Amino acid sequence: MIPQRHYEKPLRETPFHPRTAPLNRLQNWGAWAGYMTPSCYGDSAMEHTGIRNTATLYDISPMIKYRIRGPEAADYLNRLTLRDAARLPVGAVHYTAWTDDAGQVMDDGTLFRLGADDFRLCCQERHLPWLLDSAWGFDVTIGDETDRIAGLALQGPVSATVLAAAGFDVSALKPFRLATFPLSAGEVTISRTGFTGDLGYELWTTPEDALVLWDHLMAHGAPLGLVPTGTDAVMLARTEAGFLTTNLDFIPAQQALREDRTRSPLELGLGWMIAWDKGPFTGRRALMAEREGKTSRWALVGLDIPGNVSAEGSILYHGKRREAGFVTAACWSPTLKRNIAIAHVAAKYADCRDLWVEIYALRELQYHKLMLPVTKTERPFFAPDRRRATPPGRF
Amino acid sequence: MTYDAVILGAGHNGLVTACYLARAGMKVLVVEKNDWIGGAAVSRELTPGFTYSNCSYVASLFRPEIMRDLELPRHGLQILPYEGGAVLQEGGGYLGMFRDHDANRREFARHSPRDAEAYDIYSRDVLRHCRFIRPLLLRTPPDPARFRPRDMGELLWIGKQVSALSEAQIAGMVRFWTMSISDYLDHYFENPVIKAYLAVSAIIGTALGPMSPGSAYVLLHHYMGDVDGNIGAWGFARGGMGAITRALASSLRSSGGEIRTGAAVEKVLVKGGRTTGVVLEGGDEIRAKRVISNMDVKRTMLRHVDEADLPGDYIASVRKFKTRGSSGKLNIALDGVPKFPALPEGSTALKGDLHFTDSIEKMERAYDDWKAGHFSRDPFQDVMIPTMIDPTMTPPGKHFMSCFVQYAPPKIEGRDWTDADRDAFGQTCLDQIERYAPGFKNLVLHVEVRTPRELEAEVGLTEGNIFQGELTFDQLLFNRPVPGYANYRTPVRDLWICGSSTHPGGGVMGAPGRNAAAEILRDAKLSVRDMSDAWAVL
Amino acid sequence: MPGRFSDIIVIGAGPNGLACATRLAQKGRRVTLLEAEAAPGGGARALPDLAPGYRSPALAHLIWQFDPRAEAAMDLSRHGLEWAAQGIPTTVLSPDGPLTIRGGLAEGPDAGAWATLYQRMLCFAGALEPFRRMTPPRLAKDNSWGQLAKNLLKLRALGTHDFRELLRVLLINAHDVAQDELTDPRLRAALCFDATLGAWAGPRSPNTLILWLDRLAGQIGGQRASLGMPKGGMPALAAAMARAAEAAGVTLRQGARVARIVTDGERVSGVTLADGGELRADLVISAIGPKSTLLDLVGPRALDAGLVTRLRHQKSRGGAAKLHLALSAAPDFGTDLHARMILAGDEHEVESAFNPVKYGEVPERPVMEILLPSAFDPGHAPEGGHVLSATVQFAPHDPKIGRDEARAAMLEASLARLEAAAPGIRRMIVRADLLMPYDIERQFGMAGGNWHHGELTVEQMLFLRPIPQLSRYATPIRGLWLTGAGTHPGGMSGAAGWNTAGAVLEARQ
Repeated sequence: MIPQRHYEKPLRETPFHPRTAPLNRLQNWGAWAGYMTPSCYGDSAMEHTGIRNTATLYDISPMIKYRIRGPEAADYLNRLTLRDAARLPVGAVHYTAWTDDAGQVMDDGTLFRLGADDFRLCCQERHLPWLLDSAWGFDVTIGDETDRIAGLALQGPVSATVLAAAGFDVSALKPFRLATFPLSAGEVTISRTGFTGDLGYELWTTPEDALVLWDHLMAHGAPLGLVPTGTDAVMLARTEAGFLTTNLDFIPAQQALREDRTRSPLELGLGWMIAWDKGPFTGRRALMAEREGKTSRWALVGLDIPGNVSAEGSILYHGKRREAGFVTAACWSPTLKRNIAIAHVAAKYADCRDLWVEIYALRELQYHKLMLPVTKTERPFFAPDRRRATPPGRF
Repeated sequence: MTYDAVILGAGHNGLVTACYLARAGMKVLVVEKNDWIGGAAVSRELTPGFTYSNCSYVASLFRPEIMRDLELPRHGLQILPYEGGAVLQEGGGYLGMFRDHDANRREFARHSPRDAEAYDIYSRDVLRHCRFIRPLLLRTPPDPARFRPRDMGELLWIGKQVSALSEAQIAGMVRFWTMSISDYLDHYFENPVIKAYLAVSAIIGTALGPMSPGSAYVLLHHYMGDVDGNIGAWGFARGGMGAITRALASSLRSSGGEIRTGAAVEKVLVKGGRTTGVVLEGGDEIRAKRVISNMDVKRTMLRHVDEADLPGDYIASVRKFKTRGSSGKLNIALDGVPKFPALPEGSTALKGDLHFTDSIEKMERAYDDWKAGHFSRDPFQDVMIPTMIDPTMTPPGKHFMSCFVQYAPPKIEGRDWTDADRDAFGQTCLDQIERYAPGFKNLVLHVEVRTPRELEAEVGLTEGNIFQGELTFDQLLFNRPVPGYANYRTPVRDLWICGSSTHPGGGVMGAPGRNAAAEILRDAKLSVRDMSDAWAVL
Repeated sequence: MPGRFSDIIVIGAGPNGLACATRLAQKGRRVTLLEAEAAPGGGARALPDLAPGYRSPALAHLIWQFDPRAEAAMDLSRHGLEWAAQGIPTTVLSPDGPLTIRGGLAEGPDAGAWATLYQRMLCFAGALEPFRRMTPPRLAKDNSWGQLAKNLLKLRALGTHDFRELLRVLLINAHDVAQDELTDPRLRAALCFDATLGAWAGPRSPNTLILWLDRLAGQIGGQRASLGMPKGGMPALAAAMARAAEAAGVTLRQGARVARIVTDGERVSGVTLADGGELRADLVISAIGPKSTLLDLVGPRALDAGLVTRLRHQKSRGGAAKLHLALSAAPDFGTDLHARMILAGDEHEVESAFNPVKYGEVPERPVMEILLPSAFDPGHAPEGGHVLSATVQFAPHDPKIGRDEARAAMLEASLARLEAAAPGIRRMIVRADLLMPYDIERQFGMAGGNWHHGELTVEQMLFLRPIPQLSRYATPIRGLWLTGAGTHPGGMSGAAGWNTAGAVLEARQ
């Protein structure tokens, strides 16, 4: 039930707020889907170091979570999403995306198969009308359980060790698998998933058990170097990992005001996930036509840029003159010691070599204008072996 | 002496035209029958100490290009955005509106979680239509039946705008322009209160119900304005709607224009097919090279121009122009803020508009009464208290309440309104408010009730139609006011129309006045350099 | 897949299915036409059992328009079609006395005004008619620009004055035109009634005059805007069309109800029948309505979710009920019974009859179109008796009070209205039968009980019919096509069927 006077606090507190608030030394909060979460507790660089060196806790409760249940849940998800949900084993997770009829991406997210007829879809934006409309003719029920599930991302090379210390034996848990453990009176579901490209887990429980979980992890983890992290550090890590963020790297089709802003999965480099042979799914006809007609308008690429000035928000040029695309995410990667970027390049320039980026670098109130050659490079930029090792290494 | 232009009526459009002409160097006189200026954009003190916006009550459609061209802020105009709003439901519930996106979503979700999310998609779609139509507002519609280069060029321009859209978007647009708001909302929403809230803009000022095809366009007409780039937002003019016309008058005087109040026009002089000026009631003759009427086309042509000076089929077309009024207005001086028990203490809802119609069915039934020639027994009211935001209109602690009411027919069962009808109408509205705010009536210090009869008598709106002509497709774009004369001209050379009965229609928008000025200046071979075209929609 | 193979399967032997199948067969295709019922006709079928000796047309009782291309190709007179009456006049029944209209000729003080208005509208209708004969234009690319330009030029050829007037009235409401142009309430009633006949709209609703223009655009036997009744009634027309189809080589299978259209999501491969039989074909054309075809026979799984949602939201509210009375004697309406009678006193009555229907209620004073088929063709009733067939407007498709209660209330309101117009008629009733929109939906498979398988309104016309994604008869499933009243231009003139056949043939080349 939503309280009548909800509007007095437009940004809600997450179930972890009683712990995150006192730790948030800067009181630096960001708005995320109607909740407030720390952008930075005290020092983003140290928080990022935590992600890559020890272990970090990140409050992901605002993530939108839809529960999809019913005898035809797998059929439904197969019609809805790009990957083959029927082939997702119980106890597994996959990263997927879905499109509208025109084959334009509506969102991406992770799909958890909690039981044969029971799924959870986690994503960045809200999609209830589309999910409900798509359910017409399928024996499924769909519910928004965003507020009923608290989530924590435990990420970093020491995260498995932290879990072991906390009594959760995840040594056999492979990437994209999940396991459930008792926690206080309830339970916690741990999936080996994350948004940092490193070894890491995501922990899901009820809001009632949220603080118990936090305290338990902190009690056992702090001696091992576990620290909380804010969004700023996580966004840096996700750029290093080359992951996409909805509404930063692409606009969901249903939100795009300008028709040309939408992107197909082929244009976002997500073509690999399309299960062409699984039977009909929404957008298939349009995507087939795009693939066969080679009509993609854009290509999403990873870029390596000389120097150390971040290319955030920059425009790309071909031959320094013709506009060829734009950067959606960029950073100097402390982990890789490289200047990296994710960019949309117009299809006709996608295979060209002569690409340049024009950077406006603000230094003491004045912009320096840089025109630098870029090199296309593989994504993920950062993909250490430890992220996949099973059993995970100790550090 | 001879004026370059005499403008009949000091409404906002007449003043906009006058300002642009004066700025281009013309010698301009505005004559106004009332002792005050403003037309339907007026602030009046009808009871001591209280300023009423006693006709129009929201300022959102007024084109920012005009505000800027005419330096209206320098002449005192200030627009204040709404802060909230609510629909009060029968049975004590309510649906509130919030500027904060998350708060608004949660509020909608209290009524329907699905609709709360559908609202974003709906808003996006309506905004797309707004973005398309906005550049059309500041252009003279082409005559599709003529092959003049300008008409052809303009048609091509529109064709180019259309062809920039996808096939799906074009189809969506044609549907939106022709559908009823009720059917349109059914594509997105399931909750009756949410639908009732969103349907409001589709009926305001309109002789259509929410189930009438074409009502979705009327919604667009109300949404295509913006407050500081925030498309669809509504706002108040600080000091009441008269602040707009006061600023225009000040701008006009600063560029040398004159205004004469208490000067009602008797007749437009026509000689050899062209106008030479006007005669005022009382016999004064004003000579002018051109006459520009801010009155609606029916009033101008059927009352003030000799039938003999106009072609027969033009008169027939003007007679067919539909101006059925559908609205009334209550202006109330209050001793304090009325208490609406449904609203939580300190709610921002009172800083916007309140409605008591919680379903489309109720709205449509109110329209059925109008069709039958009655005012609505259970009317739709758009109630607001501008003084919750604007401190200038009443003494401290006192308030002004504006109640816009649908539906009120131009005639009661075919006969004229009587004072008794008017009082019964007022009472019906007050009773409705009292039901949602017990004790409200005890706060009432003064009430002005305005039916279509009063709107016609005082403001000069034929049949009390607030848009100077209904907003249906047969009277929009190149059909407005009559086919073949959408370019602000009339069959009489140098007699022009610049009011809301021309494209793009009613609302305190100023666009008809600006477009008419553009045509007049071009016709006079004067520069339109100081007139902004529609700003690019990025 | 086992089963028999034909080139083309057409589902639904209504006038459009028949016209479509015939054209394809005439072009040398092997066509199987599947009809669920025991007789062809669809909306032109006969009512099975009114009363012993009484025969009444189930839904359609008159024909307004028959596509001239289909008419020429099917040559129905060779297949047994005879006319009981053509050029049937319209009589408005009113307390002011009856008034008879024959096309542009009307009695009464407004005769001149009516003639002028009628001629102008007929002229507009004629200019719009070519659009009925083409696949709706696409808005962006790949258009048949030549045809479109030709049609548009024909509009412009009306002359500056008339072209302007057409643009003005194109989306206007019928009520305003009636009030602007006419003074006689009976003529206003006739205009308003005909503009909203079969629609879910009152005459005050914008976009209603165009429905009248659409009606006037029709022709039968080269006769524009003419009303006809075949000898033997509408079922005889259907029978003649079926014979013509068979003569062209169409295999007509009656009692063959399609349970599923078989597809792998990409292309169609045939149909499964309710009796379990299977038929193979790589071209299936369905005339039974876009919603029924795609939502029921194909099913949502093979279709994109957005398309399914759009189709589900397509408006298909039926607003007309059908009344059949078996009468023991001739009713006295105070006028010659050899006419189509409109029972509506003025334009307001038509609007008022629509008001309650908006809220799912039954009108107290419905308006109606009355025909006594037995007056034209005695075979419809026993000696001395008569059959009265009436379209009663407006009726709720989803009544608040429950279906049986609404039907009873509607019947009572209709009979009361008839009794007032023809005193004594209630005592003559041998049997009364009323089909509400939901009965029509159940018995004829028309979504919402709407005659057009989806409302024929401006926002669902031309390139928007039935929905923009499906407006060119093709569906996203290769080999599956739509035709019938639910597709452009709507109605049972056979034009949709003929157009579809053309589109199919063009695509196959």
